[in-house]
Amino acid sequence: MSWNILADSMPQLLQAALSTLQMTGLAFLIAAVLGLPLALARMGPGLPGVLALGYIETMRGVPQLALLFLIYFGLVPLGIALRAFDAAVIGLGLSGAAYLAEVYRAGVQGVEPGQIEAAQMIGMRRRAVLRHVVLPQAWPAVLPPMGNYLVALLKDTSIASIISAPELMLRARDLSSEYFLPMDYYLLVGGMYLVMAWPLMQGTRMLERRAARGRLQGEVR
Amino acid sequence: MSDPPLVPRPEALVRAVRVGKRFGETEVLRDVDLSVQPGEVLAIIGPSGSGKTTLLRCIAHLEHPTSGHVEIAGERVGAVLDRGHLRPMSDREIARLRQGIGMVFQRFNLFPHLTAIENVMLGPVQVLRRHRSEAEPLARELLRKVGLAHKADSYPERLSGGQQQRVAIARSLAMQPRLMLFDEATSALDPELIGEVLAVMRDLARDGMTMLVVTHEMGFAEDVADRVVFMDHGRVVEEGPPRELFRAPSHARTQAFLRAVIDRQAMAEAP
Ligand SMILES: Nc1ncnc2c1ncn2[C@@H]1O[C@H](COP(=O)(O)OP(=O)(O)OP(=O)(O)O)[C@@H](O)[C@H]1O
Ligand SMILES: [Mg+2]
Repeated sequence: MSWNILADSMPQLLQAALSTLQMTGLAFLIAAVLGLPLALARMGPGLPGVLALGYIETMRGVPQLALLFLIYFGLVPLGIALRAFDAAVIGLGLSGAAYLAEVYRAGVQGVEPGQIEAAQMIGMRRRAVLRHVVLPQAWPAVLPPMGNYLVALLKDTSIASIISAPELMLRARDLSSEYFLPMDYYLLVGGMYLVMAWPLMQGTRMLERRAARGRLQGEVR
Repeated sequence: MSDPPLVPRPEALVRAVRVGKRFGETEVLRDVDLSVQPGEVLAIIGPSGSGKTTLLRCIAHLEHPTSGHVEIAGERVGAVLDRGHLRPMSDREIARLRQGIGMVFQRFNLFPHLTAIENVMLGPVQVLRRHRSEAEPLARELLRKVGLAHKADSYPERLSGGQQQRVAIARSLAMQPRLMLFDEATSALDPELIGEVLAVMRDLARDGMTMLVVTHEMGFAEDVADRVVFMDHGRVVEEGPPRELFRAPSHARTQAFLRAVIDRQAMAEAP
């Protein structure tokens, strides 16, 4: 085996892994933040509900890769030329928002209607009911699928290599074709993804166990 | 939508005026007229499915009548007169209306992520904008009143059904409502826990709270209520002072219902 070559590549690969983590974190942030209003609109009446549903279904039906191409190449004629990294973050974030919106919705709808009525009867307005009663109870159910999504997202950032966004997969492809060592590099990089995903997977398992055991009592207020 | 002229009784705290409610094809309430005076305790009895819960929910604006309307202290529930036209209440107006109405549910509906005292404080702090340092002693006092001072820091899942229901009552009282609605507050409780909740309700009645109590506890209705209303198939069949209604019901359906209840209780009490 070519340990020397691989060892020499390590600094580059670690740097690239850092980019992968950044891309994952930023896309996750967009998805998590944008997902909430999307979920609320989706559950509400009228035009916002229809628009939110349209957005969610579109995102579900369009491949992420197509979305990345659209954002990276498709916007250029409109005078919007994004860096590949930014295009990837935005594309992954936008499709993630649709996914997490559905996760949030399931969580909110899992809260007993009686809870909402009790909150309404002490005079709480819609926002207060959501903030103090619905969301704290939806969290335990929402966290595990959010964790699973985060793991999936970490791996999905690899498709950003196709628009040449700097991240782990792209670096692996470049190096393996430079040294003609595809087996070695892809094994190594696969292992690196696994190492990064591992704590997230364990964290998710723990949240799942907690959610199954009952509520996260008093955790969120 | 014009209501026929009724004998004006402006002193009523709650007035249901020909309230009708249908869910699709099913007619659940039919022309229900009802009024409750301030300080009065009104018990509502009747067989399952007669519309008792739905009536309470219409008063609380959790359900909207398909005909007729409800007034609380002369104000129409769910609608406001705005430049000569009735328009639906806004989120804020509905919340304000409900501040004045306490509701106690069959299934307690305590907030499971909050301790007993936090359940009681949530309204005062978040709705009335009281400072915690002000709301906390008040909440403690209310928990003491329902006999649960020692459970202030317990989460609902650590409380018995009877204790949960008493916390729920304290939570309602924290908003200083002028009206309390009880929907079979003891039906989900083990028999040995019913008494403690009824005792709290009795105290409340003695303190002059206006109460609408849907109940299957005929003894409680007889002792505590000023007036009893018997409902069947979405109608008020008969109403009157408890002694009259229980001893000498004038309608055949009331008689049949009471006989069935008494038989069931006798059966339960048989060795
Ligand atoms: N949301 C709803 N949709 C359809 N039907 C409903 C709804 N809520 C109540 N009903 C029906 O209305 C009727 C009256 O219900 P309601 O709960 O008011 O009766 P109740 O007198 O409280 O009965 P119980 O003693 O069993 O609590 C029932 O036949 C019930 O099935
Ligand atoms: Mg009922």
